[in-house]
Amino acid sequence: MSNALRTEQLTRRFGALEAVCDVSLALPRGARHALIGPNGAGKTTLINLLTGALPPTSGDVYLGDERITHLRQHPRVKRGLTRTFQINTLFGGLTVLESVLLAILEREGRAAEWRRPVARYAEDVEEAMDLLATLRLADDADRRTATLPYGRQRLVEIALALATRPRILLLDEPAAGIPAAESGEVFGAIADLPPSVTVLFIEHDMGLVFRFAQRITVLAGGRILAEGEPEEIRRDERVRAVYLGREDG
Amino acid sequence: MNAAPHLLPSVRWHPAEYALWLVPIACFFLFPGYRVLGSQVFITALFALSLDLVLGYAGILTLGHAAFFGLGAYTAGLLAAHGWGEPLSGLAAAAALAALAGYLVSFLVVRGEDLARLMVTLGIGFLFYEAANRAAGLTGGVDGLPGIAMGKVLGVFSFDLAGDTAYVYSLAVLFVVFVLARRLVASPFGLSLRGIRENRARMPAIGAPVRRRLVAAFTIGAGVAGLAGALLAQTTQFVGLDSLGFGRSADVMIMLVLGGTGRLYGALLGTALFMLAQDYLAGINPVYWQFWLGLLLVAFVFFARGGILGAAETLRRRFSRP
Repeated sequence: MSNALRTEQLTRRFGALEAVCDVSLALPRGARHALIGPNGAGKTTLINLLTGALPPTSGDVYLGDERITHLRQHPRVKRGLTRTFQINTLFGGLTVLESVLLAILEREGRAAEWRRPVARYAEDVEEAMDLLATLRLADDADRRTATLPYGRQRLVEIALALATRPRILLLDEPAAGIPAAESGEVFGAIADLPPSVTVLFIEHDMGLVFRFAQRITVLAGGRILAEGEPEEIRRDERVRAVYLGREDG
Repeated sequence: MNAAPHLLPSVRWHPAEYALWLVPIACFFLFPGYRVLGSQVFITALFALSLDLVLGYAGILTLGHAAFFGLGAYTAGLLAAHGWGEPLSGLAAAAALAALAGYLVSFLVVRGEDLARLMVTLGIGFLFYEAANRAAGLTGGVDGLPGIAMGKVLGVFSFDLAGDTAYVYSLAVLFVVFVLARRLVASPFGLSLRGIRENRARMPAIGAPVRRRLVAAFTIGAGVAGLAGALLAQTTQFVGLDSLGFGRSADVMIMLVLGGTGRLYGALLGTALFMLAQDYLAGINPVYWQFWLGLLLVAFVFFARGGILGAAETLRRRFSRP
């Protein structure tokens, strides 16, 4: 089975600090892959390298068979590689509907058109409303994003990513900062994704990780400490020592 | 599913908008002695509108916007001084050249952050100013460009001393550009500019080519600024170095901030308020009028954030709440 996303010895240094070191990762199509590790392990940096927000010091990133190491962010999104952010990174002054509509218009290559008002793009508006309905955000459609409670904003963060119709979705702590009861809603939306979509997610809640991940990669100090199926990771002594031990304890 | 276009900002003209556009028409008849000032207000409002597209919508801070205004003014002025006095084609040429200059300059501007953009645009403003100053053989330098001879508008209306033609001509151009700008900001392109203004870092993550959009916005803004400059040259039949000067860039930003950025109408109202206040205060005291203007500006920043329209919206929200 060909890989949807793959890295080869990916490394990123900040001065003397090796934030990500020699990471070779392969995600087959449709994978549900978790990335875990203590704070400062390099998880978010790795996401930034995958999306092109940061250039790597060395190593390569492949999308399918295409080497995209030096491709900028927005063409990667056009190829189906989308991320969410650990801290809400939204369009505060736009309404929820406008935000999602903007992502849809970008995906459809219509965002540079100027002759018709956005309200006339009925199909796109309808798609946006459908997406908001599946995330139970429809009632907030005309509210400015900045006025929503944090948990709702978290869902908008997911909605923006889904609106790009990703083939590969990178989720940076999608349930961070929201009550446990609502995190189910976030992961419910992720679980409902078509099986062909490849998902890589960073998550600290081990319950969620073991529930949703088919494979887990553990990062520590920027390097891959262990990789395997949830049961293997659970039993791995090194992982328990640096990470899980504290959770269990 | 519900298509819900009603949840998006309406693009229909509000009755208040019709009323607002009737004001300058009424003023034409009510205050015949103020037609020259009126045309200056319209031209400056057009300039402020161009800045609103760049600053208010695309979020690009610039202190050199007068470079494009002046370029448009000199283009139209030079054409008319060398025998091409037909006004509309003069406007088109000026807008095209200013847009081209804006396009070339934009690559320097869109790269940086706010402070870098301020410095780059300021520098470009100075470059244009000194270039026009040095090329005195062409531009007339500090003495201004002489010999502008305008033809009739549409071959019918000649520019008169009372400023009747200038008034209607400037108002008509302002209105046409405003209608286009209104359409632009309500379009997907306008939405994407607002997206960039709201969160530039997020835009690439939804697949948006941010720089390309900003280049387009800056180019359009420069073209409209050039149009305004050309109107000034044609209606006053004079172009001076001050058309390119820093003072003009700063004034127009003040006007826009007074009116409220990112709303189009803020540019019109801010300009009208600023210029009428300036006219009135200078009439009372020709030396110290800037004192009162300064006071007004500080008061606005502290008590009416978002300018006139921002304050109006805040009040409306407060009173509409149950």
